[in-house]
Amino acid sequence: MSDTLLSVEDLWVRFPTRAGTVDAVRGISFSVGRERVGIVGESGSGKSMTGRSILRLIRPPGQMEAKSIAFNGKNLLDYSERQMRKIRGHEISMVMQDPKFSLNPVHTVGKQICEALRLHTKVSRRAARLGALEMLEAVQIRNPERVFNSYPHELSGGMGQRVMIAMMLITDPKLLIADEPTSALDVTVQMKVLAIMDKLVQERGMGLIFISHDLNLVSSFCDRIIIMYAGRIVETCKASELHNAVHPYTRGLLNALPRIEEPKERLEALQRQDSWKQEVSVDARV
Amino acid sequence: MPGSDSAVMERKPMVAEATKEARLEIKDLNVYFGEGADRLQAVRNVSLKVQQGGSFGIVGESGSGKSTVLRAVCGLVESWDGEIDIDGAPVSHRRDKAFARKIQMVFQDPYASLHPRHTVDRVLSEPLKLHGFDNVDARVLRVLDDVGLGADFRFRYPHQLSGGQRQRVAVARALMLEPEILLLDEPTSALDVSVQAEILNLFSDLRKEHNLTYVMVTHDLAVVAHMCDEIAVMQHGEVVEVMDVEAMRQSKPETAYTQELLKASLGYDAEFFGAA
Repeated sequence: MSDTLLSVEDLWVRFPTRAGTVDAVRGISFSVGRERVGIVGESGSGKSMTGRSILRLIRPPGQMEAKSIAFNGKNLLDYSERQMRKIRGHEISMVMQDPKFSLNPVHTVGKQICEALRLHTKVSRRAARLGALEMLEAVQIRNPERVFNSYPHELSGGMGQRVMIAMMLITDPKLLIADEPTSALDVTVQMKVLAIMDKLVQERGMGLIFISHDLNLVSSFCDRIIIMYAGRIVETCKASELHNAVHPYTRGLLNALPRIEEPKERLEALQRQDSWKQEVSVDARV
Repeated sequence: MPGSDSAVMERKPMVAEATKEARLEIKDLNVYFGEGADRLQAVRNVSLKVQQGGSFGIVGESGSGKSTVLRAVCGLVESWDGEIDIDGAPVSHRRDKAFARKIQMVFQDPYASLHPRHTVDRVLSEPLKLHGFDNVDARVLRVLDDVGLGADFRFRYPHQLSGGQRQRVAVARALMLEPEILLLDEPTSALDVSVQAEILNLFSDLRKEHNLTYVMVTHDLAVVAHMCDEIAVMQHGEVVEVMDVEAMRQSKPETAYTQELLKASLGYDAEFFGAA
């Protein structure tokens, strides 16, 4: 399809350990168009590793392998490290979970945003500064000048995450990978940050990969959902049709959630079955 | 408007249930941190009443003072004033051993709250030794059974346990002295949803078996709605609203802040949050 931004085929991520090789991601295929795709799973399901491997950011000794990772028709696996650096942060950006650990504590926010822009485009310092201020305003920071000159520790979690989003979007990427971007934030702040991200992604016609453990949140925020278990895709569906999910794992996760509207005496505990690990990964390419 | 509402709401349950026995009652609790110019009031005039055998939830965002209330009750914070009554008797700033047998706390992060170099057995038997209990062996085994771990886990170290198993050990430790009140500080927020379901079920079972009273602090409204019969909402150190769980289920909170919290916990709503 011409609309497909990213298409991943047969992705594996492996970690050699003393006890043998651990397969974190086991042969998954999926694609992303100009849409919001949610990847959901519990800890250890390989969802973050999937996000990182798109940018080839798996650190050694971890190894990644795939038939192809096609981005805009070009296979990222054929790129050199040098070419990859042009992709990272420019064509594909990534927002991480906690702004406290992803921003450089000894540089001002403004300097970091300008750096992101100037690394990828030829602009003057002045233009970069103006661009950064504009971007800070776009993520609804009320006083961009003040935030521009402040250090990360002077910002709250919600502000920090907005700064991260500003920094990632200033280069106008085509695809944004957001790895638990709001999990460290309070619920109401979380919703505001999501609304900002949603608006910017839609305005710019970007693709978004939203990685989260929160089924409820993903189903209300994304267009399409990929559910991962033990390194494989067990099910994929439209977000609006999640309640019709059929895989016992997805059903188990849904039933394990306490719900405000439907009180239950006991929550259903998830009965894991070994067979889930052996199942063939579902192809989530459109 | 929120101010007048909250004043009414705070008093209502106290009047309505004055006849019932209160297990834990907090009156005008204030907690301060820091000295002089740095002094910060983390909790302001909080009054709560928890029924015998009840389950009381405190929700709020980070910095709202919800955990600080629990820590003050438990004696982990020194600088508080106001009154904390347990079974009608006020507690002093210094807590004695009898207090520890009545109230125990379970902390948020099972990865941080267990000593990495102590076995499960040592973690569980230490309170027994301090309080001079007999039958240590039998008690440790019984509690391990109660929390669904079994004797196999007795001599393991925390790193040999999963997150859910660690939290079960933390619950077991809190149960060792056979307390009547358990203070739960975000007991499941570090866990996956499937594990959270198991731990929440465990809490329900234990409450029935041991006739426990719970005070639970969390930021997750769905969890309090599941666990608690009465819920206090805190913001900026104050209780803005106390409601029973039915009022919350029917989405009838009185204050705008609670409305927003409730909306946010139901999922992302582009119209509601995009407009803001």
